[in-house]
Amino acid sequence: MMKKATIQLETLTCPSCVQKVEGAIKSLDGVDKESVKVLFNASKAKFEFDDAKLSVEEVEKAITALGYEVKKSQVK
Amino acid sequence: MQKFILSKKNHIALISAILIAIGFTSALGFKNEFVAVLALAIASLLGVAPIAIQAYQALKVKVVSIDVLVTIAVAGAFLIKNYEESAIVTFLFLFGAFLEQRILNKTRSAIKELTEMAPESALKQMPGGEFVEVEVGEVEVGDILLVKTGAKIPVDGTVIAGEGSVNEASITGESLPVAKEKGSHVYAGTILDNGTLQIVADRVGEDTTFGKIMELIEEAQDSKSRAERFIDRFAKYYTPAVLALGIIVWLLSRDLELAITILVLGCPGALVIGIPVSNVAGIGNGARHGVLLKGSEVIDDFNKLDTMVFDKTGTMTAGNPSVAEKEYYGDNIEEALAYLASIERESDHPLAKAVLEEIGEVPYLPVENTEVVKGAGIVATVNGHRIAVGNVALMVREGVRLGERAKADITHFENNGNSLVLTSVDGELKILMGVRDQIRPGVKEDLRRLKRLGVKNLVMLSGDNQGTVDRVGRELGLTEAHGNMLPEDKANYIKKLIEEESQIVAFVGDGVNDSPSLARANIGIAMGGGTDVAIETSDVVLMNSDFSRLPHALGLAKTTARNMKQNIFIAVGVVLILLSGLLFGDWVNMSIGMLVHEASILVVILNGMRLLRFKLR
Repeated sequence: MMKKATIQLETLTCPSCVQKVEGAIKSLDGVDKESVKVLFNASKAKFEFDDAKLSVEEVEKAITALGYEVKKSQVK
Repeated sequence: MQKFILSKKNHIALISAILIAIGFTSALGFKNEFVAVLALAIASLLGVAPIAIQAYQALKVKVVSIDVLVTIAVAGAFLIKNYEESAIVTFLFLFGAFLEQRILNKTRSAIKELTEMAPESALKQMPGGEFVEVEVGEVEVGDILLVKTGAKIPVDGTVIAGEGSVNEASITGESLPVAKEKGSHVYAGTILDNGTLQIVADRVGEDTTFGKIMELIEEAQDSKSRAERFIDRFAKYYTPAVLALGIIVWLLSRDLELAITILVLGCPGALVIGIPVSNVAGIGNGARHGVLLKGSEVIDDFNKLDTMVFDKTGTMTAGNPSVAEKEYYGDNIEEALAYLASIERESDHPLAKAVLEEIGEVPYLPVENTEVVKGAGIVATVNGHRIAVGNVALMVREGVRLGERAKADITHFENNGNSLVLTSVDGELKILMGVRDQIRPGVKEDLRRLKRLGVKNLVMLSGDNQGTVDRVGRELGLTEAHGNMLPEDKANYIKKLIEEESQIVAFVGDGVNDSPSLARANIGIAMGGGTDVAIETSDVVLMNSDFSRLPHALGLAKTTARNMKQNIFIAVGVVLILLSGLLFGDWVNMSIGMLVHEASILVVILNGMRLLRFKLR
């Protein structure tokens, strides 16, 4: 089933951080690429994903691997 | 390991600063070249580590980021044994990032403060009757909650017991406490200043007014204008293009130093951060002052505004009629007022409410033999006196003699656009009241401010008759005022302005029956005290229905738009100056390039931050 996730990141300071996080999330299988939105000022990532293929923890891991701290995540 | 290095970025910046200091003192002070080179080389290697890791990760997701440019530049400097340059460039880059994060947090603070007002816990009544503290996410519609003094109200709800006063600043921007008692509505995110309340949850989480506002603001701060989207697209190709240019220059000139200097000079830092920074600070300022600007597109349009169209009732005027003027005739006025209040108390006529509000607390007397005269008023007996309350026609019917003074007053009141309420006791006129929907206090001054801010036309549209509309229009000094208009007429009028006269038009309305106009205008401005329709259909929301926020909103939009332009100008200007310095002078090297770049990023952020303090003079 498709779920909606919001991940709160550490403060993003450069717009290229946004591109990186966006690229990392989009590269995961099970993420709806059209839905990925990384908000610069709010420092949040919003996307939809298929929870049969992917868990939000895996997304968090991909973001942490880039060097960005994940503060909180919420799935609905 | 990668993560460890990244998390220690700030420490690395500090250590490399110390190493650079050691390097320079030993080179200049002690003429010890060996120690100097060693210190600077270590500083470069240490400093480039986190940058290189970031660059690698960016490349992995196919992004040529600034990190990539800097890493290559530093590697190049290392190759030509320019350790001084490589050390300083890495240090400046890390230190700049540190400072940027600090002041960016300041810039975003206004909105952050707001979102942090979100309630986190609630005291929920359990089946046993006792109240237990739970996470706000666990509260469901229908739950009964206890709110204690000083606590945040966790949901939108209705008071079922207790009383207290609530600070609703987070919703309305107005910090005067509002009294709440059984049956009052309370809003999530507001604070109970004193008292204790038991409430039943009507809306929870993102459905609450507060939740909706937060979501809107959060999206607004990151919404992108046409200009910003262009810059984003531009930046995507710009960075790789700089890289390509560097390589080409190197291949052609075989001058590695020149090539890597180009890489550093080409960093687009200030350009990509300039607009988002102004945007977040501007929207944050608005949110603090009860003005919700829905994104940078709105700021853009608002800045170019030609005409502002207003709804009359509920916007320019208070929306509920009140007694504007009154005259008394003869003696025993106290008694007559008590009779009038006693009769009006039993009426549900809209004018009756205004009359009662004007009279205030008086002893009520029993009313007998009430006779309603359609389209004229009421005749009744109070304390054995025959009392008539109504219009001039009723007085004529009752045979009340109207003296010269009364006749003059009646004409005068009517000319001022009042509805008349006359009261006679035993066939003698005692009281004349003029009731009308009054212009909100301060509207005139606010309109003058709007004109000063460059709005060319101020137009009022209303469903009222042309006479009333003309009077209000004259009083307020409007450009145009049109009456007898239905909601769709208003929408068509706005459409005509936009399509035939290609004006940028804002519409200000109460958001309830004016949705077509709000949607049709370039900028829909809702005077909504947090009503859902208003929040959703409009582009700008004036919280607390406060007309006086309008000049602030326009001034803020103009200043924010100007701020964005300044930032673009600074960013582009810096690149141009550096490039021309490189081509035509010899003062530009890699370190200076990096210094100027980081400085320009800081200048741009600090410039954006000024918007937080914006206040209309």
